[in-house]
Amino acid sequence: MVNYDQVRRATSGLMTTLTALCTLLAVGALLIILTYIAWQGIGSLSFQFLIDRPRPVGEGGGIGNAILGSLVLLLISSAFGLPLGICVGVYLSEIGRGRVGGAVRFIVDTLTGIPSIVTGVFVYAILVLPMKHFSALAGGVALAMIMIPIVARTTEEMLKLVPHSMREGALALGAPQWRVTLGVVIPAAASGIATGAMLAIARVSGETAPLLFTAFGSRFFPTSLNEPIASLTVQIYNYAISPYDEWHAQAWAATLVLMTLVLGINIVVRFLTRKKF
Amino acid sequence: MPVQTVAPRIEVRPSAPPPVNSGKAKVAVRDLNFFYGRVQALHNISIEIPERIVMAFIGPSGCGKSTFLRTLNRMNDVIPATRVGGQVLIDDHDIYAPGTDVVELRRRVGMVFQKSNPFPKSIFDNVAYGLRINKVTSSSSELAGRVEQALKDAALWNEVKDRLKTSALSLSGGQQQRLCIARALAIRPEVLLMDEPASALDPIATSKIEELIFDLKKQYTIVIVTHNMQQAARVSDTTAFFLLGKLIEVNATEKMFTAPNEKLTEDYITGRFG
Repeated sequence: MVNYDQVRRATSGLMTTLTALCTLLAVGALLIILTYIAWQGIGSLSFQFLIDRPRPVGEGGGIGNAILGSLVLLLISSAFGLPLGICVGVYLSEIGRGRVGGAVRFIVDTLTGIPSIVTGVFVYAILVLPMKHFSALAGGVALAMIMIPIVARTTEEMLKLVPHSMREGALALGAPQWRVTLGVVIPAAASGIATGAMLAIARVSGETAPLLFTAFGSRFFPTSLNEPIASLTVQIYNYAISPYDEWHAQAWAATLVLMTLVLGINIVVRFLTRKKF
Repeated sequence: MPVQTVAPRIEVRPSAPPPVNSGKAKVAVRDLNFFYGRVQALHNISIEIPERIVMAFIGPSGCGKSTFLRTLNRMNDVIPATRVGGQVLIDDHDIYAPGTDVVELRRRVGMVFQKSNPFPKSIFDNVAYGLRINKVTSSSSELAGRVEQALKDAALWNEVKDRLKTSALSLSGGQQQRLCIARALAIRPEVLLMDEPASALDPIATSKIEELIFDLKKQYTIVIVTHNMQQAARVSDTTAFFLLGKLIEVNATEKMFTAPNEKLTEDYITGRFG
């Protein structure tokens, strides 16, 4: 005779074990990837490697120009993508109700699903072709287009978590709608919005495909936003498909640097947006 | 028995001071109907609220008393698909007339909500919020003075004066509610609407807020929604009883709780339903 309590306890134990196993599997895979990259990459890492530009095979060289290029691309894309994405999120959460809002939300969701190579080709058509050359600007715009829908949706979700009673409290004090949104709702959701922005930056810092048609890549340090620019991802791609062992090792080291960069951005943003109240 | 539409008779309680301005209605509502979509929530409400008294709204859950309260500062405007008919006159001006400045209205008719809703800002900034957005003063010393006065009026000053810069969310539930009252008082509204301000508080915090209401009526016209009939009896001069979106009876509180005119009121007060 099985008693109900025993069944309940057994089910509970089984489910707890199951979720723990799944977590272990996911986190374990991630840890293996990270360790493998660190193990493969650490050998070619040196100070010279971080500040030098690429050299022909056998002469060493480094990824200094690619690190700088990636940072420049992230700055350009953040400058366009974050404000636009946040504004769309605010519109969806605070203003756009009914059909228009629904349509915008559907379009934003669709944009999230567009393969990044398509974004690259699109920017190639609207920016690179008219300008007649690849440029850092075009690369930044392509990355920004990937950021906008991500930032918009996370901003919307975060703003919707702000209790309605807080908006009413501000309205009841005679605050007009725009002041409620700017002065109460957005600050209350600020750390969540920043997390969304950070996720978007982390996401695009790993993008390669949209840069192939826009920023293109370069073996020199950037001197202008109007010329092709190197990036870590494109550099990794070019080195990884090359036939040289030395470049393969450098690709691993560049991967390690890229990962550290994303981690660094994460830590800085977390620090800047830690809960003050 | 038709819904009562005449002005309430205000009877002076032996202990209460005589009404300062018994002749004049601060708020006069005429034939107010209110709809959430197709559902009619309020039916032909007519009532007059004299200046500087405390009026309590009582009635079972869902009877429309909170909805009615929110029509008095047009807070229902923010709920989609709502409709209002009739008139709400404040100082003889219809607040639903076209061209009414809702922002100005809400500055004059303050509101305290059932659940305390401090902003995630410091204690000082919470109270200063209304002053800043309404550009009440540009001098920071005057701002500090108004914040201090509002916190004193809300009987919170002594508990928070040493930590004005800390987060409002670090306060206890009762303190948060008094902070919200201070925030509403800071802009010196003429009418203060309170939607079950003590429903989530312990007896000590509740009694503090009740004392506060008693003090505040010297300066303000207060309308309070409450589920607690003892509370209505303790704090109010006049009581209005709502049932199913209709105003059943308005009477002096003492009369209401001892010898109400309506059978329905008596049934509710004696606990036969609700």
